[in-house]
Amino acid sequence: MEMNEFIGNFAELFDDTAPEVFTPDTRFRDLEEWSSFLALAVMAMIKSEYDVAITADEMRSANTVQELFDTVQKYL
Amino acid sequence: MTNPFSIAGKTILVTGATSGIGRATALLCAHMDAHVLAFGRDPQRLDSLLAEMPGEGHRVFSLDLTSPEQWPSVIASLPVIDAFAACAGVASMAPFSFVTREELERVMDTNCFGPVMLVQQLLKAKKLAKGGSVVFVSSVDGPRIVHAGNSLYSASKSALVGMARNMAIDLAGKKIRVNCVLPGTTDTPMIRTGSADEQQLAETAAHLPMKRFADPGEIANAIVFLLSDAASYVNGTELVVDGGTSII
Ligand SMILES: NC(=O)c1ccc[n+]([C@@H]2O[C@H](COP(=O)([O-])OP(=O)(O)OC[C@H]3O[C@@H](n4cnc5c(N)ncnc54)[C@H](OP(=O)(O)O)[C@@H]3O)[C@@H](O)[C@H]2O)c1
Repeated sequence: MEMNEFIGNFAELFDDTAPEVFTPDTRFRDLEEWSSFLALAVMAMIKSEYDVAITADEMRSANTVQELFDTVQKYL
Repeated sequence: MTNPFSIAGKTILVTGATSGIGRATALLCAHMDAHVLAFGRDPQRLDSLLAEMPGEGHRVFSLDLTSPEQWPSVIASLPVIDAFAACAGVASMAPFSFVTREELERVMDTNCFGPVMLVQQLLKAKKLAKGGSVVFVSSVDGPRIVHAGNSLYSASKSALVGMARNMAIDLAGKKIRVNCVLPGTTDTPMIRTGSADEQQLAETAAHLPMKRFADPGEIANAIVFLLSDAASYVNGTELVVDGGTSII
Protein backbone atom coordinates (compact mmCIF):
# COMPACT_ATOMS: atom_id res chain seq x y z
CA MET A 1 0.00 0.00 0.00
CA GLU A 2 1.28 3.42 -1.03
CA MET A 3 0.63 6.51 1.08
CA ASN A 4 -0.11 8.65 -1.98
CA GLU A 5 -2.65 6.22 -3.28
CA PHE A 6 -4.21 5.92 0.22
CA ILE A 7 -4.48 9.71 0.46
CA GLY A 8 -6.11 9.77 -3.00
CA ASN A 9 -8.71 7.21 -1.96
CA PHE A 10 -9.29 9.04 1.30
CA ALA A 11 -9.65 12.46 -0.38
CA GLU A 12 -12.13 11.10 -2.89
CA LEU A 13 -14.65 10.45 -0.10
CA PHE A 14 -14.95 14.19 0.54
CA ASP A 15 -17.31 16.28 -1.61
CA ASP A 16 -16.40 19.77 -0.40
CA THR A 17 -12.78 19.53 0.73
CA ALA A 18 -10.09 20.08 -1.92
CA PRO A 19 -7.80 17.05 -2.50
CA GLU A 20 -4.70 19.24 -1.92
CA VAL A 21 -5.71 19.65 1.72
CA PHE A 22 -4.80 16.04 2.48
CA THR A 23 -1.33 15.07 3.74
CA PRO A 24 -0.25 12.31 6.15
CA ASP A 25 -0.50 14.87 8.98
CA THR A 26 -4.03 16.05 8.20
CA ARG A 27 -6.19 15.89 11.32
CA PHE A 28 -9.31 14.87 9.46
CA ARG A 29 -11.65 15.22 12.43
CA ASP A 30 -10.95 18.98 12.42
CA LEU A 31 -12.15 19.38 8.82
CA GLU A 32 -15.47 21.18 8.49
CA GLU A 33 -16.86 18.41 6.30
CA TRP A 34 -16.00 15.60 8.72
CA SER A 35 -19.04 13.61 9.97
CA SER A 36 -20.02 10.21 11.29
CA PHE A 37 -21.17 9.39 7.74
CA LEU A 38 -17.63 10.04 6.49
CA ALA A 39 -16.28 7.73 9.22
CA LEU A 40 -18.53 5.03 7.78
CA ALA A 41 -17.36 5.87 4.25
CA VAL A 42 -13.69 5.62 5.32
CA MET A 43 -14.27 2.17 6.82
CA ALA A 44 -16.14 1.04 3.69
CA MET A 45 -13.40 2.43 1.39
CA ILE A 46 -10.71 0.55 3.36
CA LYS A 47 -12.71 -2.67 3.10
CA SER A 48 -13.36 -2.25 -0.60
CA GLU A 49 -9.86 -1.03 -1.65
CA TYR A 50 -7.66 -3.04 0.75
CA ASP A 51 -9.96 -5.84 1.90
CA VAL A 52 -9.29 -4.83 5.50
CA ALA A 53 -12.11 -4.50 8.03
CA ILE A 54 -10.87 -2.03 10.63
CA THR A 55 -12.93 -1.98 13.83
CA ALA A 56 -15.08 0.91 14.97
CA ASP A 57 -12.67 1.38 17.88
CA GLU A 58 -9.71 1.62 15.50
CA MET A 59 -11.59 4.16 13.40
CA ARG A 60 -12.39 6.20 16.49
CA SER A 61 -8.82 6.22 17.77
CA ALA A 62 -7.24 7.43 14.52
CA ASN A 63 -6.94 11.20 14.20
CA THR A 64 -4.51 11.73 11.33
CA VAL A 65 -4.32 10.17 7.87
CA GLN A 66 -0.96 8.64 8.89
CA GLU A 67 -2.52 6.95 11.94
CA LEU A 68 -5.26 5.50 9.78
CA PHE A 69 -2.70 4.34 7.19
CA ASP A 70 -0.69 2.62 9.95
CA THR A 71 -3.83 0.88 11.23
CA VAL A 72 -4.57 -0.53 7.78
CA GLN A 73 -0.90 -1.42 7.21
CA LYS A 74 -0.99 -3.61 10.34
CA TYR A 75 -3.40 -5.96 8.59
CA LEU A 76 -1.56 -6.20 5.26
CA MET B 1 -64.76 -12.66 31.09
CA THR B 2 -61.57 -14.05 29.53
CA ASN B 3 -58.69 -11.65 29.15
CA PRO B 4 -58.11 -11.09 25.38
CA PHE B 5 -54.57 -9.91 26.10
CA SER B 6 -53.65 -13.25 27.65
CA ILE B 7 -51.38 -15.59 25.67
CA ALA B 8 -51.46 -18.32 28.33
CA GLY B 9 -51.31 -21.79 26.79
CA LYS B 10 -50.40 -20.57 23.29
CA THR B 11 -47.39 -22.11 21.57
CA ILE B 12 -45.24 -19.27 20.28
CA LEU B 13 -42.19 -19.51 18.03
CA VAL B 14 -39.71 -16.67 18.54
CA THR B 15 -36.70 -16.18 16.24
CA GLY B 16 -33.70 -14.14 17.40
CA ALA B 17 -34.46 -15.35 20.92
CA THR B 18 -30.80 -15.35 21.98
CA SER B 19 -30.49 -11.56 22.16
CA GLY B 20 -32.15 -8.17 22.49
CA ILE B 21 -35.78 -7.85 21.36
CA GLY B 22 -36.23 -11.57 20.61
CA ARG B 23 -34.90 -12.56 24.02
CA ALA B 24 -37.19 -10.04 25.76
CA THR B 25 -40.13 -11.40 23.71
CA ALA B 26 -39.37 -15.02 24.60
CA LEU B 27 -39.08 -14.14 28.30
CA LEU B 28 -42.30 -12.10 28.27
CA CYS B 29 -44.19 -14.95 26.55
CA ALA B 30 -42.86 -17.41 29.14
CA HIS B 31 -43.82 -15.07 32.01
CA MET B 32 -47.30 -14.86 30.49
CA ASP B 33 -47.64 -18.67 30.59
CA ALA B 34 -47.18 -19.33 26.87
CA HIS B 35 -45.06 -22.25 25.61
CA VAL B 36 -42.03 -20.83 23.86
CA LEU B 37 -40.15 -22.37 20.94
CA ALA B 38 -37.02 -20.25 20.99
CA PHE B 39 -34.92 -20.03 17.81
CA GLY B 40 -31.38 -18.67 17.57
CA ARG B 41 -27.96 -19.72 16.34
CA ASP B 42 -25.84 -19.64 19.47
CA PRO B 43 -26.49 -22.87 21.45
CA GLN B 44 -24.98 -21.52 24.69
CA ARG B 45 -27.23 -18.48 24.75
CA LEU B 46 -30.21 -20.69 23.84
CA ASP B 47 -29.45 -22.88 26.85
CA SER B 48 -29.15 -19.93 29.21
CA LEU B 49 -32.47 -18.57 27.90
CA LEU B 50 -34.10 -21.95 28.48
CA ALA B 51 -32.84 -21.94 32.07
CA GLU B 52 -34.20 -18.42 32.60
CA MET B 53 -37.70 -18.91 31.16
CA PRO B 54 -40.29 -19.61 33.86
CA GLY B 55 -43.07 -22.14 33.23
CA GLU B 56 -43.36 -25.34 31.27
CA GLY B 57 -43.16 -26.65 27.73
CA HIS B 58 -40.41 -24.42 26.35
CA ARG B 59 -37.91 -25.72 23.80
CA VAL B 60 -34.91 -24.21 22.05
CA PHE B 61 -33.74 -24.77 18.47
CA SER B 62 -30.55 -23.79 16.70
CA LEU B 63 -31.42 -22.64 13.19
CA ASP B 64 -29.73 -20.30 10.73
CA LEU B 65 -32.19 -18.21 8.72
CA THR B 66 -29.75 -18.09 5.81
CA SER B 67 -29.48 -21.90 5.59
CA PRO B 68 -32.92 -23.19 4.48
CA GLU B 69 -31.50 -26.68 3.97
CA GLN B 70 -31.39 -26.96 7.80
CA TRP B 71 -35.06 -26.16 8.23
CA PRO B 72 -37.05 -29.31 7.29
CA SER B 73 -35.70 -31.45 10.13
CA VAL B 74 -36.33 -28.68 12.67
CA ILE B 75 -39.83 -27.99 11.31
CA ALA B 76 -40.67 -31.71 11.43
CA SER B 77 -39.88 -31.77 15.14
CA LEU B 78 -42.14 -28.81 15.99
CA PRO B 79 -45.64 -28.97 17.41
CA VAL B 80 -48.38 -26.90 15.76
CA ILE B 81 -47.79 -23.27 16.69
CA ASP B 82 -50.33 -20.51 17.42
CA ALA B 83 -48.07 -17.56 16.85
CA PHE B 84 -44.77 -16.64 15.23
CA ALA B 85 -42.61 -13.69 16.28
CA ALA B 86 -39.81 -13.04 13.76
CA CYS B 87 -37.28 -11.02 15.74
CA ALA B 88 -33.95 -12.17 14.26
CA GLY B 89 -32.14 -9.62 12.16
CA VAL B 90 -28.80 -8.06 11.30
CA ALA B 91 -27.65 -4.47 10.92
CA SER B 92 -25.29 -3.46 8.15
CA MET B 93 -24.08 0.01 7.27
CA ALA B 94 -22.20 1.28 4.24
CA PRO B 95 -22.55 4.40 2.10
CA PHE B 96 -24.48 3.51 -1.07
CA SER B 97 -21.36 3.75 -3.26
CA PHE B 98 -19.82 0.88 -1.28
CA VAL B 99 -22.85 -1.41 -1.17
CA THR B 100 -21.98 -4.82 -2.61
CA ARG B 101 -24.41 -7.32 -4.04
CA GLU B 102 -22.97 -9.98 -1.72
CA GLU B 103 -23.75 -7.92 1.40
CA LEU B 104 -27.16 -6.90 0.05
CA GLU B 105 -27.99 -10.58 -0.42
CA ARG B 106 -26.80 -11.46 3.10
CA VAL B 107 -28.89 -8.72 4.72
CA MET B 108 -31.96 -9.45 2.57
CA ASP B 109 -31.62 -13.14 3.31
CA THR B 110 -31.51 -12.70 7.09
CA ASN B 111 -33.96 -9.83 7.50
CA CYS B 112 -36.54 -10.66 4.84
CA PHE B 113 -36.25 -13.85 2.76
CA GLY B 114 -35.40 -16.09 5.73
CA PRO B 115 -38.29 -15.19 8.07
CA VAL B 116 -40.81 -14.99 5.22
CA MET B 117 -39.90 -18.36 3.71
CA LEU B 118 -39.82 -19.94 7.16
CA VAL B 119 -43.48 -18.94 7.59
CA GLN B 120 -44.24 -20.50 4.21
CA GLN B 121 -42.49 -23.74 5.21
CA LEU B 122 -44.46 -23.84 8.48
CA LEU B 123 -47.69 -23.42 6.52
CA LYS B 124 -46.76 -26.19 4.08
CA ALA B 125 -45.98 -28.50 7.00
CA LYS B 126 -49.34 -27.56 8.58
CA LYS B 127 -47.53 -26.28 11.66
CA LEU B 128 -49.22 -22.87 11.79
CA ALA B 129 -52.67 -23.09 13.39
CA LYS B 130 -55.83 -21.48 11.97
CA GLY B 131 -56.48 -18.29 13.91
CA GLY B 132 -52.71 -17.86 14.25
CA SER B 133 -50.73 -14.65 14.28
CA VAL B 134 -47.45 -13.77 12.58
CA VAL B 135 -45.46 -10.73 13.71
CA PHE B 136 -42.40 -9.55 11.81
CA VAL B 137 -40.05 -7.13 13.50
CA SER B 138 -39.23 -4.60 10.80
CA SER B 139 -37.98 -1.11 11.75
CA VAL B 140 -38.89 2.54 11.35
CA ASP B 141 -35.63 2.66 9.34
CA GLY B 142 -36.76 2.00 5.79
CA PRO B 143 -40.56 1.98 6.03
CA ARG B 144 -40.79 5.38 7.80
CA ILE B 145 -37.42 7.17 8.00
CA VAL B 146 -33.90 6.81 6.64
CA HIS B 147 -30.40 7.37 7.95
CA ALA B 148 -27.32 8.09 5.86
CA GLY B 149 -25.39 4.91 5.11
CA ASN B 150 -28.25 2.57 6.04
CA SER B 151 -29.56 1.58 2.60
CA LEU B 152 -28.86 -2.17 2.96
CA TYR B 153 -30.83 -2.46 6.19
CA SER B 154 -33.60 -0.05 5.11
CA ALA B 155 -34.19 -1.98 1.91
CA SER B 156 -34.53 -5.27 3.78
CA LYS B 157 -36.95 -3.83 6.35
CA SER B 158 -39.08 -2.11 3.68
CA ALA B 159 -39.24 -5.32 1.65
CA LEU B 160 -40.36 -7.16 4.78
CA VAL B 161 -43.25 -4.72 5.31
CA GLY B 162 -44.30 -5.04 1.66
CA MET B 163 -44.32 -8.83 1.92
CA ALA B 164 -46.15 -8.82 5.27
CA ARG B 165 -48.98 -6.64 3.96
CA ASN B 166 -49.55 -9.01 1.06
CA MET B 167 -49.26 -12.10 3.25
CA ALA B 168 -51.95 -10.57 5.48
CA ILE B 169 -54.36 -10.58 2.56
CA ASP B 170 -53.34 -13.95 1.14
CA LEU B 171 -53.56 -15.70 4.52
CA ALA B 172 -56.73 -14.00 5.77
CA GLY B 173 -58.76 -16.94 4.42
CA LYS B 174 -56.82 -19.23 6.77
CA LYS B 175 -57.61 -16.77 9.59
CA ILE B 176 -53.91 -16.10 10.04
CA ARG B 177 -53.08 -12.47 10.78
CA VAL B 178 -49.79 -10.93 9.66
CA ASN B 179 -48.48 -7.66 11.08
CA CYS B 180 -45.21 -5.81 11.60
CA VAL B 181 -43.74 -4.00 14.57
CA LEU B 182 -41.53 -1.05 13.63
CA PRO B 183 -39.19 -0.25 16.53
CA GLY B 184 -37.14 2.89 16.79
CA THR B 185 -33.61 2.60 18.16
CA THR B 186 -33.69 0.01 20.93
CA ASP B 187 -31.03 -0.59 23.56
CA THR B 188 -29.70 -4.00 22.46
CA PRO B 189 -26.31 -5.38 21.35
CA MET B 190 -27.27 -4.46 17.76
CA ILE B 191 -26.79 -0.72 18.29
CA ARG B 192 -23.26 -1.40 19.54
CA THR B 193 -22.17 -3.12 16.32
CA GLY B 194 -21.83 0.18 14.42
CA SER B 195 -19.23 2.93 14.57
CA ALA B 196 -20.86 4.91 17.41
CA ASP B 197 -19.28 4.78 20.89
CA GLU B 198 -21.22 5.04 24.18
CA GLN B 199 -20.89 8.83 24.28
CA GLN B 200 -22.24 9.22 20.74
CA LEU B 201 -25.11 6.84 21.56
CA ALA B 202 -25.96 8.91 24.64
CA GLU B 203 -25.92 12.11 22.55
CA THR B 204 -28.22 10.51 19.95
CA ALA B 205 -30.61 9.35 22.66
CA ALA B 206 -30.69 12.83 24.23
CA HIS B 207 -32.01 14.28 20.95
CA LEU B 208 -34.98 11.88 20.77
CA PRO B 209 -38.44 13.09 21.86
CA MET B 210 -38.40 10.85 24.95
CA LYS B 211 -34.65 11.45 25.52
CA ARG B 212 -33.89 7.74 25.51
CA PHE B 213 -33.84 4.63 23.33
CA ALA B 214 -36.53 1.95 23.69
CA ASP B 215 -36.00 -0.86 26.13
CA PRO B 216 -36.28 -4.29 24.41
CA GLY B 217 -39.14 -5.14 26.79
CA GLU B 218 -41.15 -2.22 25.39
CA ILE B 219 -40.90 -3.68 21.89
CA ALA B 220 -41.78 -7.13 23.26
CA ASN B 221 -44.99 -5.67 24.73
CA ALA B 222 -46.10 -4.50 21.28
CA ILE B 223 -45.20 -7.85 19.71
CA VAL B 224 -47.17 -9.76 22.33
CA PHE B 225 -50.21 -7.51 21.80
CA LEU B 226 -50.22 -8.42 18.08
CA LEU B 227 -49.70 -12.10 18.92
CA SER B 228 -52.65 -12.07 21.33
CA ASP B 229 -56.38 -12.34 20.64
CA ALA B 230 -56.70 -8.70 21.70
CA ALA B 231 -55.46 -7.92 18.18
CA SER B 232 -57.93 -10.30 16.50
CA TYR B 233 -58.99 -7.71 13.89
CA VAL B 234 -55.55 -6.15 13.46
CA ASN B 235 -54.19 -7.40 10.14
CA GLY B 236 -51.66 -6.14 7.58
CA THR B 237 -50.58 -3.17 9.62
CA GLU B 238 -47.43 -1.68 11.09
CA LEU B 239 -47.25 -0.79 14.76
CA VAL B 240 -44.63 1.92 15.23
CA VAL B 241 -42.91 1.81 18.63
CA ASP B 242 -40.37 4.61 18.48
CA GLY B 243 -41.23 7.09 21.22
CA GLY B 244 -42.41 9.57 18.57
CA THR B 245 -39.09 9.74 16.72
CA SER B 246 -40.46 9.22 13.21
CA ILE B 247 -43.14 11.91 13.37
CA ILE B 248 -40.78 14.84 13.91
N1 LIG C 1 -31.99 -2.53 18.19
C1 LIG C 1 -32.58 -1.64 17.42
O1 LIG C 1 -32.33 -0.44 17.53
C2 LIG C 1 -33.63 -2.06 16.41
C3 LIG C 1 -34.44 -1.07 15.84
C4 LIG C 1 -35.41 -1.45 14.91
C5 LIG C 1 -35.54 -2.77 14.56
N2 LIG C 1 -34.72 -3.70 15.11
C6 LIG C 1 -34.91 -5.10 14.69
O2 LIG C 1 -35.26 -5.87 15.81
C7 LIG C 1 -34.82 -7.21 15.62
C8 LIG C 1 -34.03 -7.65 16.84
O3 LIG C 1 -32.88 -6.81 16.94
P1 LIG C 1 -31.99 -6.68 18.25
O4 LIG C 1 -31.69 -5.26 18.40
O5 LIG C 1 -32.62 -7.43 19.34
O6 LIG C 1 -30.66 -7.40 17.72
P2 LIG C 1 -29.58 -8.34 18.40
O7 LIG C 1 -29.54 -8.12 19.87
O8 LIG C 1 -28.34 -8.15 17.61
O9 LIG C 1 -30.16 -9.82 18.13
C9 LIG C 1 -30.24 -10.32 16.84
C10 LIG C 1 -30.79 -11.72 16.90
O10 LIG C 1 -30.92 -12.21 15.55
C11 LIG C 1 -30.36 -13.50 15.48
N3 LIG C 1 -29.81 -13.73 14.13
C12 LIG C 1 -28.99 -12.93 13.42
N4 LIG C 1 -28.68 -13.51 12.26
C13 LIG C 1 -29.32 -14.70 12.21
C14 LIG C 1 -29.39 -15.76 11.27
N5 LIG C 1 -28.73 -15.71 10.12
N6 LIG C 1 -30.15 -16.84 11.57
C15 LIG C 1 -30.81 -16.92 12.73
N7 LIG C 1 -30.79 -15.95 13.68
C16 LIG C 1 -30.04 -14.86 13.42
C17 LIG C 1 -29.28 -13.54 16.54
O11 LIG C 1 -29.05 -14.87 16.88
P3 LIG C 1 -27.60 -15.42 17.41
O12 LIG C 1 -27.03 -14.33 18.26
O13 LIG C 1 -27.96 -16.65 18.20
O14 LIG C 1 -26.80 -15.68 16.23
C18 LIG C 1 -29.92 -12.71 17.64
O15 LIG C 1 -30.73 -13.54 18.44
C19 LIG C 1 -34.01 -7.22 14.33
O16 LIG C 1 -34.80 -7.67 13.27
C20 LIG C 1 -33.67 -5.76 14.15
O17 LIG C 1 -33.44 -5.45 12.81
C21 LIG C 1 -33.77 -3.40 16.05
